[in-house]
Amino acid sequence: MLKDITIGQYIAGNSPIHKMDARVKILFALLFIVLLFIIKGVAEYAVITLFLALVVKLSGVPLKFIVRGLKPMLFILIFTVLINVLMTTGEVLWSVNLGIFTLRVTREGVTMGIYMLLRLVYLVIGTSVLTLTTSPLMLTDGIEKLLKPFEIIKVPSHEIAMMMTIAIRFIPTIADETDKIMKAQTARGADFESGSIIRRAKAMIPLLVPLFVSSFRRADELAVAMDSRCYRGGASRTRMKEMRLTKYDAYAGAVIFAVIAILIASRIAFF
Amino acid sequence: MISVKNLNYTYQPGMPFERQALFDISFEIPDGDFAAIIGHTGSGKSTLIQHLNALVKPTSGSIVINGTDIVEKDADLKKVRSEVGLVFQYPEYQLFEETVYRDIAFGPRNMGLSEAEIKERVLEAAGLVGLSEDLLGKSPFELSGGQKRRVAIAGVLSMRPKVLILDEPTAGLDPHGRDEILGQISRMHKEHGDMTIIFVSHSMEDVAKLAQHIIVLDHGRVVMDGEVAEIFARGDELSKIGLDVPEITRLTYELIARGVDIRPDIYTVDFAKRIYAELFLGREGTEC
Repeated sequence: MLKDITIGQYIAGNSPIHKMDARVKILFALLFIVLLFIIKGVAEYAVITLFLALVVKLSGVPLKFIVRGLKPMLFILIFTVLINVLMTTGEVLWSVNLGIFTLRVTREGVTMGIYMLLRLVYLVIGTSVLTLTTSPLMLTDGIEKLLKPFEIIKVPSHEIAMMMTIAIRFIPTIADETDKIMKAQTARGADFESGSIIRRAKAMIPLLVPLFVSSFRRADELAVAMDSRCYRGGASRTRMKEMRLTKYDAYAGAVIFAVIAILIASRIAFF
Repeated sequence: MISVKNLNYTYQPGMPFERQALFDISFEIPDGDFAAIIGHTGSGKSTLIQHLNALVKPTSGSIVINGTDIVEKDADLKKVRSEVGLVFQYPEYQLFEETVYRDIAFGPRNMGLSEAEIKERVLEAAGLVGLSEDLLGKSPFELSGGQKRRVAIAGVLSMRPKVLILDEPTAGLDPHGRDEILGQISRMHKEHGDMTIIFVSHSMEDVAKLAQHIIVLDHGRVVMDGEVAEIFARGDELSKIGLDVPEITRLTYELIARGVDIRPDIYTVDFAKRIYAELFLGREGTEC
């Protein structure tokens, strides 16, 4: 279960996507998400699918790895599709009477369901590519830089970035720790996998208490370690790796604006 | 009797992080044995012992414990886990209950025993690790590091395992806490002659003092398996894989190299004391 968490996992590589500037990648990922929610119709979905396939291919991240990131989403995906298929009104394809109400599957519902499914899957894949090809450090540096302008309205950009860095940094550590404590309690006969919901919730206590205790301990140790190295926030800090825009960012910009141009052009042409 | 045959284990098969941790491991540990597993950090010791109570399933191979194949699908895992007690590294980090008593009782309670039986076992386990009864009502978080560790070990002992596995039981303890834990483990083995004890250790001194049988792991493979004397006689091979013989044995080798006529099979300080006294003082050794 814990091994399925792909957030914060980074696959080192040398692909054009890896070489892009983190700031650009974050902005384009946001743009991609916006696009996902604007597009409609088969043609536009096809354009986005091609674009995403190109990005995944270029990134060199094994497809298996990306698919695995979708696994924890399975329930939400199925739920979304079902709700859309059953709750959209329109031309009835199939229906069954259940006494108090009738289940209707409509043509519009099926189309809507498929579009919503693709939208969510693409959303996860797109953001996975971002996190899989950008080291957590670069990612938070990017976010810090992007938030800099908002310091005028007192957004503590460095502190936010530092908190995120620490949080991301500790995901694998805490996942490991969870795994270890789970095993230790299993060795003492604890059962996390069977029984009613209430029993299972109770079974979590032997896991959560030690986990909280050790998280506080780790936080304390980290604070001391940072303090002893004179950490004092973001003021006048310099970086070992300055972020620079490269030709790869220019290529990426060209591709994504081409995609947008195609989408706009097709709308103007058809309406 | 624990019998492991051709065990292989691969982490995350089919993923970019795929890595084989154990290669074709085979060994046997007879009932009542006191075995030590030694190896470099990352040699697969911890992964291996987690196989022995079915916390980790091998990718291939078989593990038979007292006649039960624990790899099989329909194996009764709860029974396996109560028969094979596993004390993890830094076990004090798994304490969670409000009182020491309740924490030690967690295992027996999961086994579905009666309150009377649970109480008997908790008191017995607490006695085995030398916890006084007035500590049982305290919160485990109020105790010292050494005491916490003993509570955690008692939490496994209260299940009355036939096999007790300890992963570096003395890591991070001061010399006093270390001697106490080791003394208790050794006493337990003497008093419960039928209990098999397996421990993982980095300290060759501890291994020499306690174990009868050593299994040496290197990069996920068993490279040596035999009696303590047999293994420590192969000091050169041990140092090649980043391990060592006890310091007192090294000293003895140095003396032999400089022409002192002394037997080479000296592994514990107590034994060395006697031999050296005989050699250098020409008489039966006495405490000095």
